Order: sequence, then C-alpha cells, then structure tokens
Amino acid sequence: MAYVAVKGGERAIDNAHAWLAEERRGDPALPDLTLPQIREQLGRAVDRAMAEGSLYDPDLGALAVKQAQGDLIEAAFLLRAYRTTLPRFAHSRPIDTAAMQVERRISAVFKDLPGGQILGPTYDYTHRLLDFALAAGDLVPHAPKAHAPQEPMPRVPDILRAEGMMEADAPDDAEPGDLTREPLTFPADRDVRLQALARGDEGFLLGLGYSTQRGYGGSHPFAGEIRMGEAAVEIVPPELGFAIDIGDVVVTECQMVNQFKGSKTVPPQFTRGYGLVFGFSERKAMAMALVDRAMRAEELGEDVTAPAQNVEFVLYHSDNIEATGFVEHLKLPHYVDFQSELQNLRRLRAEVERAAEAEQSPSPVAAEGRGEGAAPPTPHEGAVP
Amino acid sequence: MIGYNFAYLDEQTKRMIRRALLKAVAIPGHQVPFGSREMPLPYGWGTGGIQVTASVLGQQDVLKVIDQGADDTTNAVSIRRFFARTAGVRTTTHTADATVIQTRHRIPETKLRDDQIIVYQVPQPEPLFRLEPSRVETRRMHGLADYGLMHVKLYEDIARYGQISISYDYPVMVNGRYLMSPSPIPSFDNPKMDRMPALQLFGAGREKRIYAIPPWTEVRSLDFEDHPFRPINAPHACGLCGATDAYLDEVVTDDRGGRLFVCSDTDHCAERRAAGHVGAEGMKEAAE
Repeated sequence: MAYVAVKGGERAIDNAHAWLAEERRGDPALPDLTLPQIREQLGRAVDRAMAEGSLYDPDLGALAVKQAQGDLIEAAFLLRAYRTTLPRFAHSRPIDTAAMQVERRISAVFKDLPGGQILGPTYDYTHRLLDFALAAGDLVPHAPKAHAPQEPMPRVPDILRAEGMMEADAPDDAEPGDLTREPLTFPADRDVRLQALARGDEGFLLGLGYSTQRGYGGSHPFAGEIRMGEAAVEIVPPELGFAIDIGDVVVTECQMVNQFKGSKTVPPQFTRGYGLVFGFSERKAMAMALVDRAMRAEELGEDVTAPAQNVEFVLYHSDNIEATGFVEHLKLPHYVDFQSELQNLRRLRAEVERAAEAEQSPSPVAAEGRGEGAAPPTPHEGAVP
Repeated sequence: MIGYNFAYLDEQTKRMIRRALLKAVAIPGHQVPFGSREMPLPYGWGTGGIQVTASVLGQQDVLKVIDQGADDTTNAVSIRRFFARTAGVRTTTHTADATVIQTRHRIPETKLRDDQIIVYQVPQPEPLFRLEPSRVETRRMHGLADYGLMHVKLYEDIARYGQISISYDYPVMVNGRYLMSPSPIPSFDNPKMDRMPALQLFGAGREKRIYAIPPWTEVRSLDFEDHPFRPINAPHACGLCGATDAYLDEVVTDDRGGRLFVCSDTDHCAERRAAGHVGAEGMKEAAE
C-alpha cells in the first residue's frame, strides 16, 4: 500500500452533511413533518429541548427537534448556539408561580388544601400498555371540561411558613448571577446553582436525585407541591417605569419539603429544595429539587459526603452540552498524542526488557533453573520493522 | 455572513475576551476565568480557541488552522471554514504566510515570528487536575505556587519506570511562577514554547479559562537535575521528505506490522518536498 496523505477533508464534510440531510428526511414517499405537528404532538420533547437549551420558544424548539432528528441533546445544543447570539433588551421580573394559570397541582403532604388537588394531563395513573389503537391513528380524543379554578392556590411552603414550620427565604436583593455571562466561581450561591440545575441534564439530575434517596446524602424529602401551568412574564421598561406583560411561559415547579433537625440558632423546621423547569417536565423538576436540597448540606451544617452534596462536582458535570461536547471530542483525531504515547510505551518496555536481560545474563544456568514458573521474556510487540 | 457580526461574536463579547487576554498576558501562565459563550461548534472541539481567534482577528489577518499538525484534518477544515464564512478573512496553509494560527495538539515546525499569534485549543487548562480534581483547591495551590504534588508525581514516575512517563501535555513552568498545561501537544513541541517570538494564547471554552505566554518568555518543562527533560519522538526519518528533526505520525500500512513514519506537520513536509527533499518512501516510489 502506497501511503497517500489524507486529503479531501472538505469534500468528505460536504458529503457527510448531504447524507445527513437525506437521512433526516427519511423516506421521501412519506410526508414531511411540520413544526406545528412536532410542537403539538411531541410537546414533551420540545419542552426538554427548550429547558436544557435555555430558550423558551416552542416553535424554535420544534425546529431544533426536527433538525436534530429527535436527538434532544443535539436539539438543546442548537437552541443554545442560537440563544447566545441574541441581544438582551430587558430582564424579566421574577415570575409569580402562585398566580400561574394552573393545569396541574398536586401535593403529597396534604390530602386537601386551598385550591385542591388537580391531576392535570399526567401519565401517573396510566397503565403502560402500548396502545395499538393509537398506532392506527386518526383519534381525536375529547376530555371533559371544567371551569378554571377561581380559588387562589397558595403554594405549600407558604402554607407551612405561616405556621413557622418552614424555613424563611433569605431576603436577597442582589442581582442574580448569570452563568451564560460569567464563569462559574466558588463558593457558588444558590441563584447560580439553581440556574445550572435548570439548564442541567435531566438524566444526570435524575441519577443524582435518586442517589440521595438511596443513602448518598439523603434529606428525607416529601413532594410538598408540584405545579405546572402558564405563568406571566413581565418586564419593566425603564422608559415606562411600570411592569408590562410580554407573554406566558409554561413551567413546572417542584417544592420539596425536607426534614431539618435544627441547630444551636435555628429551631427544628422543614427546609426546602426547589425545582423549576421550562415546559412540562415533572421528572426533572423533582430531581432538581432533590439535588438543590442536597447541595445545601454545607449551608445547613450537614456532613458533605455524597456526590449530590458536592456543589463543585454537581455544577461542573450537570451541563449536557458541555458534557456531550467533551465526551464526543474523543472521536476527533488524537494521532499526535497517541503517537507520543506509543513511543513512550516502547521506551518504557525497552527499559523493562533491558533490566530483565541484565538480570538474566550473568548466570543463564540459574535462570533456566527457575523452572516453568519463570515468565518468558516479553515479546517486543510494539517493534517496528 | 448575513445576520452575524464579523467573526461571529458580538463586539461586547470580543471586548470582554480581549480584557481577559490582556490580563493573561500580564500574568504569564495564570488561568483567567472568562465568560465563555456557547458556540455553534461543540465544547471540546475548539470553542475556546475559536473565541480567542475571533477576538484577535482583524480584516487584514491571514488565518491558518491546524489539527494534529495538519491543515486538512476534518476539524481544522471545519474551523477554517467557520472563519472564512463568518469573518471572510484570507486563509492559508503556509505557516510563514499566516498572521494568526489556531492549533490543536501541535506547534508548527517552522519557527514562528514576532508578528504572528498562535492560538491553542485547550481541553483542560488545569495542569494539576489529575492529581487534585477540585478547582477550588488547585486555585489555592496556584496562588501559593504550591506545586509539590506535581514534583512528587514526576519523582514517583522515575522511581517506578526509571523515567518520567508523560509524553504529551507535559507540564511547564512559565516565567518561573505558574505551572501551566501546554495543551495536549507532544512533549517534543515543548521546547518551541520557550522564548518564542510569537504571542501564545490559550483558550479553554468549556472550562471557561484563558491564559497566555507573552513573546520571549521563559517556558521550562518540569524535570530534575539528574533526570533532565527528554522530548519524545519516533527514532526515524520522515518517509516522504526525509526530515529527521520533525515530529512524526505513524501510519499503519498493512496488517503485517508495516509502518510508515511521516511528518505530522503537513505544510512543513510539503515545503520540504517542494524544495527537493525526498524520503525513503518517495525514493521507493520513484524507483517503481
């Protein structure tokens, strides 16, 4: 084989992209997926792409899901790369989830409570049986309708706090940090930690949250409340000086209620882990709340022993765009480093062989006399002709 | 490119990065945190280098991008295209013609000049991370110039193997103060960093760190008096151009142990061949 220097990288890339586009489209005899179809019928996928992509826009989310062929981390990456170029014209006021248009609201700690329990569109009590009628298609289901609840729906931690059973939120008027503008520094405050978790990978947080339930940094959690619905986003334009509503976002919020034994200065009370995620993503909101609470271990004077309690560990590894990039960069060429490792290994093996020969050569009879147990000399596998 | 600023990043972001670069140049080898942006290329594929290049690039610049020493590896092609598209700058494969060179894993064989900038893509800026994973802790160690851990690691290598077993990303001491990762270049390239006339900039996008070596700065590869630093290279000459002083890639030519060693720096090799140098493989082909 005559060596031909690897040329044609440009052509290879163009061809790969063309092939990818063809593969994405699939069988051209089938109709092309439209964005409204994805937005309406693959909503949970769009939600996840928006949450981890840190960009709330269901249409762009649908486009990202389509462009990524349903690979949701790739879809989130597309949204991230797009959002980074967007100008910032305002900061919103904190959204008020107590005033949200609730579609789902459940509490696992009170049987009934003001506003009631609303199951909403949940998979919770479905039997996971493949629905072959759905495969046949053309179903237009109708759900019974009720009037939107008029009663206020206070948040469970607020109910507990009225009784003094729940820790008070530390008032904080400081500007919240922003990981997308400033690099992570330690100690990382809770605002930054929550931002990282909200952008973080659902699977990673799920595993970490689960680990706290299995003894790695447990905090006796109760799902105080989970709610999902539309919350209004408001900004205060400086030229107006008052808040205006610029739209709604669907969010899922989880408030975990956790035991706390109290300390010298604080009486025993419940503490809180908090989760808030774009779209309907209860699994992630709950996992986020568990991990948020676990990361408060140091603040609450608990031993920091488990991975979920290690703020540096969690924050540096929760971002799936960072993680997927670095894991997958291993497929980039590493010829040069591998080459120096090869030479290095050959040098080390030569050294070992030389030492072994030096040991054997003064008295070959004695070496033979060691019998079958003696290791044969290492063949020089790496030798180059 | 329509809808995007020159060289992709907005001017505010570039200014922020240039401020970090100025600080980095002022404290050679010190890792400066910066607000790394999400780029349209994945983390680990050169986002740090791309942001640094975007921030220093001007319309008159001529850009060269290499990966593994070669201009034609896929990622180098992709990054070169990115800048050709977003900045419209001229690109080249000739080291001597470039004003800015972005690199992954190599330093060109051709000596760089004081009117050139070399930008390294850095996957892991923290030289101590294999010894101490906590960045809170390593920051403290850098602050105190507490590098005993690394010396112990090198000493243990010598005790165990009779030599230091690091072959790439070999740690260096910059200006006698900061321990620095030279990025995963082969240790063969380390001596080129010492008192290099060109400005050396390092960008780590995922880790959100920038560092730099100003021109003519002392860069010393860690070693011991009785175990001096020894760069590693294959004991061969380039099969194509016959070079004996260039870093070599090993190419597997058959399944019977056949190997061919060729320059990893494709531009260097091509220039030598153009100048009439022929290696063993070239002679064989000429004979056929």
